[in-house]
Amino acid sequence: MTATVHRPLGGRIVTKPFLFLGLFLLIGAYFILRRFLFGMGDVSNMSNGYPIGTWVVLDVVIGTAFGCGGFAMALLIYIFNRKVYHPLMRPALLGGVFGYTLAGLAVMIDLGRYWNAFNLLLPWYAQPNSVIFEVALCVMAYITVLWLEFCPAFLERMSPEIRQRFRLDRLQAFLKRYMYVLIALGVLLPTMHQSSLGSVLLILGYKLSPLWNTIWLPLLYLISALTMGYGVVMMEATLVQRAFKTPSEAALFARLAQVVAGLLIGYLALRWGDLAYRGYLGLAFAGDWDGNLFLIETALFLAPVFVLLSRRRASQRWQFLAAISLLAGGSLYRLNSYLMAVQPGNGWTYFPSAPELMITIGVVCLEIMLYLLFIKTLPILHGSTTESHGRPS
Amino acid sequence: MDMSRRQFLRGAAGAVVVAAPVAAASAPFAPREPKQLPPKAIGMLYDSTQCIGCKACVAACKEANGKPVEQPQYLAQWNEGTWDTAEDISGKTLNVIRVYQNGAMTEKDREKDGYAFVKRHCLHCVDPSCISVCPVSAMQKDPLTGIVTYNPDACIGCRYCVYGCPFNVPQYQFDEPFGRIAKCQFCSHRLKDNPLFSKSGQGTTTGATAASLMSEGGQPGRIPACCDVCPTGASLFGWVEDLQAEAKRRLALKPGEMYEFPRGLLGGDRPSQTAPVGHYQPHIYGEKEAGGTQVRYLTGVPHEKLGLPKLPDHSFAAVSEGMQHTLYKGLIAPVVLLGGLVVLARRGAQSHRDEDPSRNDEDSPS
Repeated sequence: MTATVHRPLGGRIVTKPFLFLGLFLLIGAYFILRRFLFGMGDVSNMSNGYPIGTWVVLDVVIGTAFGCGGFAMALLIYIFNRKVYHPLMRPALLGGVFGYTLAGLAVMIDLGRYWNAFNLLLPWYAQPNSVIFEVALCVMAYITVLWLEFCPAFLERMSPEIRQRFRLDRLQAFLKRYMYVLIALGVLLPTMHQSSLGSVLLILGYKLSPLWNTIWLPLLYLISALTMGYGVVMMEATLVQRAFKTPSEAALFARLAQVVAGLLIGYLALRWGDLAYRGYLGLAFAGDWDGNLFLIETALFLAPVFVLLSRRRASQRWQFLAAISLLAGGSLYRLNSYLMAVQPGNGWTYFPSAPELMITIGVVCLEIMLYLLFIKTLPILHGSTTESHGRPS
Repeated sequence: MDMSRRQFLRGAAGAVVVAAPVAAASAPFAPREPKQLPPKAIGMLYDSTQCIGCKACVAACKEANGKPVEQPQYLAQWNEGTWDTAEDISGKTLNVIRVYQNGAMTEKDREKDGYAFVKRHCLHCVDPSCISVCPVSAMQKDPLTGIVTYNPDACIGCRYCVYGCPFNVPQYQFDEPFGRIAKCQFCSHRLKDNPLFSKSGQGTTTGATAASLMSEGGQPGRIPACCDVCPTGASLFGWVEDLQAEAKRRLALKPGEMYEFPRGLLGGDRPSQTAPVGHYQPHIYGEKEAGGTQVRYLTGVPHEKLGLPKLPDHSFAAVSEGMQHTLYKGLIAPVVLLGGLVVLARRGAQSHRDEDPSRNDEDSPS
């Protein structure tokens, strides 16, 4: 194994793709402004039949799963002690930092009475029976933990004068010493809120098809968060490797592939086994909207299992395709259970409006822009031993 | 594979730490105990067969709760503010009468070729989902009367009450920049004047002194606006247990037989309305639905046709809270899991430092 040194990538920040993303960010910002001036109805198709729309489902429920790379890798590297994957940790963590921080931003856009959001932290308003209460506090705590875990990347970049003046060396030493506490919290908190994102749906009762509504929702959500976490790490690594010609991590992923395949098999076995146990297998093959969505989900989960257990797992291209498939499957699972398989009755329908989607797209573009900015300026990526791509730091 | 025995053991320890809470969570899952009707539960009996669809209750509700009329844009200039065309409850409408129509619509309260009315507003569940999901206690159930109230100062507008209500009752005001949740609160501001419903009021045994509600201290005690104005007694206010007995009484009667239908308040001193008994469905909707509700329905056509969903006898809140209590009771599982994770993460981080000193970030995850 070569020495693992994280380096900033360097290079121009304002590139054409960066400006392109910036354009979508501006469009999103315009509609966010309208949302705050004229109310949610002005930009969104949400209704009292479908009060939860794309801002929550895409940016929070799916967005945080995309941010689970740091969680999934920390579990593997530090809890199961598989240190070979260490080079993948910091980029995965960065994905988590932005996935979760921008989910928090999306929540502030989505909250109908955002100026009261602080009530979540006031003990006399606390409602511990509420699943959403648990999710809210836990996600807030996790965002804090993520930024603290990420601190060393900033501290390493500070100039010696600043480090001296603000005694940052001591802070860095302190963080280093107690990092294991943050690592433990960084595994515990996502375990809690990712499973709770599933528990949230138990309240829907008859509104959610039995294909999704089961008491196993918390465990299914937790497994899907882990698989999506690994999927994101694989996808990001491939994209970054191709775009910036950094050393390939394909060999590492070939080993990770078996872990992911095992999780996916466990997920599918639980999902189908529970369905059979409750006697709802027929619904899966009913040929209707819900049944077909369920089968598409299964196919998207099953395809990566075959790829990752075959010899193809050594190929970067196949790894990438498997990652895309499992991310699509996990996203569809979350989209279906929160929106597409929910029937409030009374003739309600929902499809997001263009401005509503532009806000979601704007938030995602901001996420990618910040990711690019950070990997270029901060020591995130596992650099090659030659300095050819890194700016001397 | 360069995995040493030591590494393997640590990996196995990790598996145990992670699997233990999962196993604990999969231990027999039980829904939370069902909640009971509050001691002085007040409620409403809506008799669809007695409703004539006059919508006096809708107008009275708007007046009592300061809600504007709803009308399409093209009518706004023509007869501003006089014609309310609310089709369903909304951010501006807490109570509405809807119509079931089928085929030729020749006979009232008949499923085929008939029509029927149904009133839609909060049913004030015994075990409400909206209270269970609210993260900031903005939804509250009065411990005596059981009225489910809303506190806009607590509410953060997350709309999970809207998402979770089995009856789709709470309505967020999407067209307002500072929208609230709108829902029927049983005219609790009117009932406040009524000493019987104030918390310091004399403990009244259910039903015994219902008549006194009408004439407390010489002043007529006020009741919810919709029941106050209902001309036929289709919307009837009272103690839930009395209303339940009244509903059972009506079900026992022969259809077509004349019956004195009480109006306003059950047991009150208003003149009753004499009318023929309807062809009821043999079911009191709200007695058991979703753990029971304080508003109950008697209908002539099956309740599913009137937008009253078929529901199990337990509240979905009991399932959801049962899950939370299984996983988080006393925060034991998370604390144990955290302890195990801290130990493993510490050893994991140390071993990384021991075995590979060349890295610049041995023990940070970043």
